[in-house]
Amino acid sequence: MKKSKLLLLLCFSLVLSMFLSACYGKDEEKASNEGSKGDTGTKTKTEQVLNTYETAEIPTMNTIMAQDAVSLNVMNQVFEGLMRLDKDNKPTLGMAAEEPQKNEDGTVYTFKIRDAKWSNGTPVTANDFVYAWQQTIDPKNATPYGAYMMGGVIKNAAEIGEGKMAPDQLGVKAIDDKTLEVTLERPVPYFLSLMTFPIFYPQNQEFVESKGDQYATNSDNMIYNGPFTLSDWNGTGLSWKYKKNDSYWDKDTVQLTQVNVNVVKETGTAVNLYKTGKVDRAALSAEYVTQYENDPDLNKYLEPTIFWFKFNQERTGKKTALANKNIRMALSLAVDKQSMVDTVLANGSVVANYEVPKEFAFNPESGDDFRKGNGDMNEYNLDKAKEYWKKGLEELGTDKLDLEILGGDSEVSKNMDAYFKNQLEKNLEGLSIKLKEVPFKIRLDLDTKQDYDIQVAGWGPDYQDPMTFSDLFVTGGSQNKMGYSNPEYDKLISDAKTTLATDPQARWEALQKAEKILMDDAAISPLYQRAKAVLQQKYVKDLYVHPFGPEFSYKWTHIEK
Amino acid sequence: MTKYVLQRVIYMIITLFIIASFTFFLMKILPGSPFNDQKLSAEQVHIMNEKYGLNDPVPVQYAHYIFGLLKGDMGVSFQFDNHGVTELILERIGPSAMLGFQAMFVGTLLGVILGVLAAIYQNTWVDYSSTFIAVLGKSIPSFVFAALLQYVLAVKFEIFPVAFWNGFSSSILPTIALAMFPIATGARFMRSELIEVLGSDYITLAKAKGASSFEIAFKHAFRNALIPLITVLGPLAVSLMSGSLVVEKIFSIPGIGEQFVKSIMTNDYPIIMGTTLLFAFALIAIILVVDLLYGVIDPRIRLAGGKK
Repeated sequence: MKKSKLLLLLCFSLVLSMFLSACYGKDEEKASNEGSKGDTGTKTKTEQVLNTYETAEIPTMNTIMAQDAVSLNVMNQVFEGLMRLDKDNKPTLGMAAEEPQKNEDGTVYTFKIRDAKWSNGTPVTANDFVYAWQQTIDPKNATPYGAYMMGGVIKNAAEIGEGKMAPDQLGVKAIDDKTLEVTLERPVPYFLSLMTFPIFYPQNQEFVESKGDQYATNSDNMIYNGPFTLSDWNGTGLSWKYKKNDSYWDKDTVQLTQVNVNVVKETGTAVNLYKTGKVDRAALSAEYVTQYENDPDLNKYLEPTIFWFKFNQERTGKKTALANKNIRMALSLAVDKQSMVDTVLANGSVVANYEVPKEFAFNPESGDDFRKGNGDMNEYNLDKAKEYWKKGLEELGTDKLDLEILGGDSEVSKNMDAYFKNQLEKNLEGLSIKLKEVPFKIRLDLDTKQDYDIQVAGWGPDYQDPMTFSDLFVTGGSQNKMGYSNPEYDKLISDAKTTLATDPQARWEALQKAEKILMDDAAISPLYQRAKAVLQQKYVKDLYVHPFGPEFSYKWTHIEK
Repeated sequence: MTKYVLQRVIYMIITLFIIASFTFFLMKILPGSPFNDQKLSAEQVHIMNEKYGLNDPVPVQYAHYIFGLLKGDMGVSFQFDNHGVTELILERIGPSAMLGFQAMFVGTLLGVILGVLAAIYQNTWVDYSSTFIAVLGKSIPSFVFAALLQYVLAVKFEIFPVAFWNGFSSSILPTIALAMFPIATGARFMRSELIEVLGSDYITLAKAKGASSFEIAFKHAFRNALIPLITVLGPLAVSLMSGSLVVEKIFSIPGIGEQFVKSIMTNDYPIIMGTTLLFAFALIAIILVVDLLYGVIDPRIRLAGGKK
């Protein structure tokens, strides 16, 4: 009797462990069965299945609400606009059947819509674009990017966005089912590249309205006109699939039959999944790059994203020491950026001594990189930095300065900030740096309030033109929350948008001249151009990474084992 | 008993109301807004705020929220277009609850077993091993265990899945990672309580009567030693909730914990409120269960004031 209770406990533990292992066995069996059906990692030679991941859930699949990286990426696989980015990141024909016709001054574009179908069999028409674009700019929908991307580009967009005009006044109309006419505010040289951005995709009015509030809340409440359809997405889940869309006009080009996507938020987990063959690609953060430096699967590529110091010249209504050009120039020249990208970042990022990134924008006539004209400016130069510093302090009538660097709270950001502090304090006598490391949202809040001295900020492009960077720093510009104003700079940007819009060469030169002014003023101090390091299986072919808008295209991807 | 439970339920509702109100105002102090994206103009932010009622004065927003809550409406997430908070919670509560219960069950069971063995075989290798496990469990955070387990058992030996949620098999590693702390706490508590109880007079009497060690431990001492252990179940549950925030992320589990952290980072007010209330409810419910368990384990403990 006394020993029976112990025996009972032991028996219970045994039964429990048997039950647990039995359950696990069943799940394993199920998983391997699914695998053979093509749902998980195992692939045969002929199987065209890609296993990949995203770093966050899909916030929205309603194209008018597009703004974040994951949504843009998913939308690019399952929808298609008038144009889509090709293998060389050039806009190529999508729903447009042929190159659009332009009027003489480049403000009216006429597109012929190809004979394409939505996945429910209804044809894609010109009205699908008119409907979607009007929804995008309608203030009642509060779309995040409507006014930002359309304002000043599509006729009347700015006024409609501000509620001063009705959405049907937008410069877009359906001449007939297959003809779309777009009227612009001004000639926009990069207009076709804008057309690859999801807020310009079409929407089938009848279908959208039939679903009401439920439209795009899960993969069943949508229809698709892209290379793939979305499936197994419940609206908030951590996994989904793309399946080849048999209604897609160019379905013969699409070789993948399925793409399995899971959300993986930790780099370590992604690397482990890659090592066990569960995903075919894994992006690496700096600490992993060093570890995989000699791995044949490692690929590095430069992104057109630049990080810089923003020097705030006016804080809480008062001019700061950074309003002094010599001080700004001294700070710009005093950081050894090469050593930073080599040791702190160590992920292939390169030193940026410029505002417009390299390998991003090319002269429309000669094809030369934007960097060929201006090259490097404000490079690290300790002697000059000290000279400027001395002069600046004299002008300010002081021999010491206390400044604050506002940065992010990630490990990499903190390491970088510590490096900047060390460099600046060591190289500029009398300078004392305080670090303020906050989450991204708070940094943006402080930026909006212009409540900082020096901020480590970055920018990635939205379309393929230097303007996506250049107009940030005009007086009142979207990133110019630092009190910078130079009428000459403003004029050059304004000219590039208006009078020079139809003269590509003159416009190009104006933009290069503007960049030079920005650097001469040391309004910002560029630090580095970011690179991405990824592990990718050799059998994954033609997976294209785009420098702006949606990151990937799986349209041409195939598995070759 | 019924009266006591009813009374506690009323207290629970009042507590939840206070927590909801407190969290609401605290949340409004959070810096930033859900829409302070770099690319949004001030006008656009104004339009977005208007759409979600964020331009109203805070007391008005509070009244709207409480009124909605009374009707069972927790609002719409800012992160997920057109998805209700209730819907999101219902979709994600499953995996989190499963992990939580499994970790609690496994953790307490193994903790008790280890503690009992350590007490019976005091100052032997069994005791030292138990102490060693307890020290590990207490001092190493669950996410470190998670990463280690993932590397060793999933990547090196490929026994378990690395990540993703496919039911029970996917829950084993996160459960072990989460259970380490309860195992350690349970083992230490059980050991010290049992040693104390084993030193009592009535145990000496039992020994004098010739009872065996196991009989003494399980028949006479175990129940008395359990009561303090039950007291720590509440805090243990809290540690599991906070541990699951990171563990869910490491194993890519679609749970509510990870979403809670993200909602704070993105100022997604309705989700912050929804998940806070959910966690608060879970904690209050656990405290109630613990209180009820006292009476079950030791009937001498009265739940309500006894009649004179």
